[in-house]
Amino acid sequence: MHATTRTHARPGLLPALALGIGLALSSTGSMAAGPQASTPQVRAELVASVSAVEPGEQIRLGVQQKIIPHWHTYWVNPGDSGLATTIAWTLPEGATAGDIQWPSPGRFAMGPITNYGFENEVTLLSALNIPANARPGALFPVKATVNWLVCQETCIPQQVELELNLPVVAAGSPRQPGSPLIAQAAARLPVASPWQAELTRTASGLNLGLSGAGLGALKAADVWFYPDQWGRIAHGAAQPVKIEGDRLNLSLTPDDDPLPAGQTLGGVLVVSSPDSVKGYVIQASSAAAPAGAGTTPAAPAAEPTLGAALLFALFGGLILNLMPCVFPVLSIKALSLLKHVHQSPARTRLQGLAYTAGVLASFLALAGVLIALKAGGSEVGWGFQFQSPVFVLGVAYLMFVVGLSLSGAFTVGASAAGVGAALADKPGYTGSFFTGVLATVVATPCTAPFMGAALGFALGQPGPVLLAVFLSLGLGLALPYLLLSFWPALQRLLPRPGRWMERLKEFLAFPMYGAAVWLVWVLAQQAGPNAIAIALGGMLAIAFAAWLYANSHAVRPLARHGSRGLAALALGLALAGGYIGIRTGAADAAQAATTKVSGKTWEPYSKARFDALRAEGKPVFVNFTAAWCITCLANERVALSDESVIAAFRQAGITYLKGDWTNQDPQISAHLADFGRSGVPLYLFYPDGDKTEARVLPQLLTPATVIAALQTPSSPHLAKE
Amino acid sequence: MLNANTLRRTVLSLAAASLPLFSATAAHAAAEIGQPAPAFNAQGADGKPVSLASFKGKTVVLEWTNHECPFVVKHYESGNIPQLQKEFTAKGAVWLQVISSAPDKQGHVDGPSAIKINGFRNAAPSGIVLDPDGKIGKAYGAQTTPHLFIVDPAGQLVYKGGIDSIPSASKADIARADNYVKLAFADLAAGRKLAHASTKPYGCSIKYAD
Repeated sequence: MHATTRTHARPGLLPALALGIGLALSSTGSMAAGPQASTPQVRAELVASVSAVEPGEQIRLGVQQKIIPHWHTYWVNPGDSGLATTIAWTLPEGATAGDIQWPSPGRFAMGPITNYGFENEVTLLSALNIPANARPGALFPVKATVNWLVCQETCIPQQVELELNLPVVAAGSPRQPGSPLIAQAAARLPVASPWQAELTRTASGLNLGLSGAGLGALKAADVWFYPDQWGRIAHGAAQPVKIEGDRLNLSLTPDDDPLPAGQTLGGVLVVSSPDSVKGYVIQASSAAAPAGAGTTPAAPAAEPTLGAALLFALFGGLILNLMPCVFPVLSIKALSLLKHVHQSPARTRLQGLAYTAGVLASFLALAGVLIALKAGGSEVGWGFQFQSPVFVLGVAYLMFVVGLSLSGAFTVGASAAGVGAALADKPGYTGSFFTGVLATVVATPCTAPFMGAALGFALGQPGPVLLAVFLSLGLGLALPYLLLSFWPALQRLLPRPGRWMERLKEFLAFPMYGAAVWLVWVLAQQAGPNAIAIALGGMLAIAFAAWLYANSHAVRPLARHGSRGLAALALGLALAGGYIGIRTGAADAAQAATTKVSGKTWEPYSKARFDALRAEGKPVFVNFTAAWCITCLANERVALSDESVIAAFRQAGITYLKGDWTNQDPQISAHLADFGRSGVPLYLFYPDGDKTEARVLPQLLTPATVIAALQTPSSPHLAKE
Repeated sequence: MLNANTLRRTVLSLAAASLPLFSATAAHAAAEIGQPAPAFNAQGADGKPVSLASFKGKTVVLEWTNHECPFVVKHYESGNIPQLQKEFTAKGAVWLQVISSAPDKQGHVDGPSAIKINGFRNAAPSGIVLDPDGKIGKAYGAQTTPHLFIVDPAGQLVYKGGIDSIPSASKADIARADNYVKLAFADLAAGRKLAHASTKPYGCSIKYAD
């Protein structure tokens, strides 16, 4: 695979040469393939964190620029003019390189123009993943085509090619240390800010407020905020700093591309003192817009209290049990309970507790990941993990495996008699625990009524509250089975065991296959048509592995080991092939997907289009959806594609905007957050007139509810849920 | 959201209107989209005076340039900017190059040289504005060469930003980039609001007087 995505033609003969600034060499630099290359202004060198690479490891590469005095190269946001340095990698098959990890920048002012960049020396780091199939003994060639603009007062674009050949050694072999430049550069990378950041809009612009220990010790003159995007704030405008106790306030001036409402201002706060320069990564969200600001929704005002959120979450969890993906899992569990009627009530109760523990542990893990991601400044919400194509593929495989197991294609363990599902029907408590985990995994693409409000509330709250809401949701999900295991009277209501159980179990394989089919479709939306081949190929390998495994019980030890080894190999192939194939395909597909426009009854949502329509006072219906959200798809099919609804839209001149959250989209996340939501679906109707409030529709739609919402004269919002 | 935006715009424009003296320091806020473009009277390369007001009723393109800047060279050697100049002046627009390089700095030229350089590179603007003291450049908040501004027939600023969407010095990128000047003229001709009214300019910094 070639990582080179864009190669610049070498700039032609530059009149800069004619300037008489003493340039004797071509400004495009030498093309010598070696780790070093020089131009009259910059000496570049490609270095690595190791002297030799091991298969499957991640190392760091660095491109060092040594710049002659008074000249500079540029940061990721170059400021008013200039260009950020770019590196295009040419790597052996299977290797991947990450984006440039930018060190903390400095700033250069020339009259009214301010630039962000580096002088004297800088090393730009990138992560490099060595493929697992790299062969020890061979050489691993790394080629970098580096483009930069170097300026003093005049500017010269330059390009060099750097090449480094690293020997491949077996894992664990002794090796010499790599270049010390890597560690030096790593020390110059900005670190996560230890402070709470908040952005507020003021009459004169923006106020970036930081709070936390250590701020009181800083000196105002030493602090500068570098926005990581062009146009968000005026690059050279003064940044008056006020420090009071452990609070720091920076006044920022918006520039030509000001921050849209609800979005996050990202950048680096650089604190320089005579002996050190330290950068802190800042992600500051703007606080809710001031009250009475136009269409800013009234929904957050009606935010549930903690108690109500916990109750909503519990109900939401209960209803999750009925969702098409969760129901089969629960049924299997109930069936296994029937099979073990002979066991003591105490053991049955322990099974119920183990299942509940599995559910709660999974929700705890989910909440933990969410809290960590939020701390890192990501915009995440319920079902966020389904925005990762690799995760979707993993769950599709899981559904398929569970389906195969239910169909009886293979059984796990020696106690095979009548035991079906791999994880779900394992007799022990571990089995019950993992059924809980499985139920949680398959439940995430579903949003049940009541859940939206609870989760939206929770995601805006500090960690402990978020945890409490998630645990309550988990408890709701676990409750039916827990009650069943604790309440013998309820168990007696279940039908008597018999042959029908085997039939039902086999039948339940089909919803699992169905779920797998659906997930492959989701994957195709995310990662393009190639992903279908990869996913189905992987399933073929899994089915083959299952068949080998199932038949390995009967045969002699030698053949058994052989076929089991082969099965493991096929399985490994499915997983690794799927992972790599999907990872590389996803980015391109996401690009392509966003440009796909349908000429149907709806238009793709974009913040700009939405704002424009609202500015004209046109009525707008907004549907935030995702391919992995079952509730969303059901609503679209049942209600939003209904003839009567389409006719009603047309009649009232309503523009129907559809925001696809299948992959992460910060604009949609921000719009959801305006309504206190963190996940899809969300349906909004903005009646005509530019100051009307949005009506929030329920999460389960029928044609009648939609039409009623369009026609209700002026009830502020139809329904919370 | 919308109201907040409108409010902010109003506050900004009020601030801009009430503090015209500070416009030189606050170069960024000077030329706002949808506001009257800053007026100027300057000397043209041909020795005749040029004033923005005299073009009322026509669409005016202001192109900041510096013939020694590699980014300008990219768009002239490739024929990109000369072709745009020919296309839109033929359709009745006025295309003015503006040179804000201070004396002794890169890109500074006298009138006759400016005309001669345009001859070498097949440029076909309607005129060349000499701005050696940088007053016009700072009034518009011009930062780079090239940096483009478009003024509609009513004298309102409708576009400011880059020549196209791919900031690079490589000619190979021109074909792949969205040309913002072409897009702006297409929107103007169709009577639409500009889809890209303010974009990121890229190029060399303008060599203003210190």
